[in-house]
Amino acid sequence: MVQIKRLQEAGADIIAVIGEIDASSSIELDLAIAKSVGEGFKKILVDCTALEYISSAGLGVFMSYIEELRDKNIPMVLFGLKEKVINTFDILGLATLLHICPTKSEAMKLANELSV
Amino acid sequence: MSYQYNIGCSLANLKGIRDFVRSVLNENLVPEMHVSAIVLALDEMCSNLMIHAHHCDPDHYLELRIDHPSTHEFVFEIVDDGLVFDITQFSEPEMNSLVQEKRKGGLGIRLVKSIMDKIEYRTEAGKSICRLTKNV
Repeated sequence: MVQIKRLQEAGADIIAVIGEIDASSSIELDLAIAKSVGEGFKKILVDCTALEYISSAGLGVFMSYIEELRDKNIPMVLFGLKEKVINTFDILGLATLLHICPTKSEAMKLANELSV
Repeated sequence: MSYQYNIGCSLANLKGIRDFVRSVLNENLVPEMHVSAIVLALDEMCSNLMIHAHHCDPDHYLELRIDHPSTHEFVFEIVDDGLVFDITQFSEPEMNSLVQEKRKGGLGIRLVKSIMDKIEYRTEAGKSICRLTKNV
C-alpha cells in the first residue's frame, strides 16, 4: 500500500511517497509524476523519507520518466531514501541514472542548479 | 525447517508474500541486509509469475515453499501449474535501452539474478517449479 501526497514549495512540486511501492501500487507513483509534469511544474522533488520499500515496478516508473524529463528540462530529484531502499537502487546501478540527495534542502539546491 | 504459503495470483497479495518471507528469515536470524534483498527477489519472482503466467487471475494459485537445509542455505520454491516462465531464458535488458524505450519492466529479472545464487527450473507432475537458492 502506498499513499502519495503532493505539495508545492518554492516553485517545485514535491511528491511524498509514503509506504510501499510494488507491482500493485506503482501506478500511483506513475500517475503522480504524470500529473506533476502535466500541470507544468519545472522542478519535481520526490520525498522518499517515508518510503519503506520499492520493487522494480517502482524503479521502472522513475526510469521511464528520465528521457521525457530530460527533453522537457525538468529536473527530478529524489531525497530522504532509507538505506534499505537505497540498496535496491544500488543493486541495479540506478543511482547514476537518477538524481538522489540525502535531504530536501540539498535536493532543492540541486534541482535549482539543474533547471538553470 | 520448511515453510509453505499459498497465494492467489493477485498483485494485492504481494505484501503477504513479503511478510511471509520476512518472518521466516527473521525467525532464522538472517541478517537484515540479506532479508531485504531476498524479500525483494521473491516479490519480483512472484509478481512476474502472477503477471506473465497467470494474468493476475486470483483464482490461480502459487505455492511458495521455503527450506532451510543447512545453516547458511535457504531454498525457495515457487510451484504453480501455469505456463513456464523461465527467467533464465531471458536476457536482462541494458539499462540504457530501458531508459530510451521508457520501459517500465525488465528490471525485476536483473534484480533476481543479482540477488540469488542459483536459479533453476523443473517440471514435476504437470507443475512448474522455480527454485531459487541463496547462501547467507
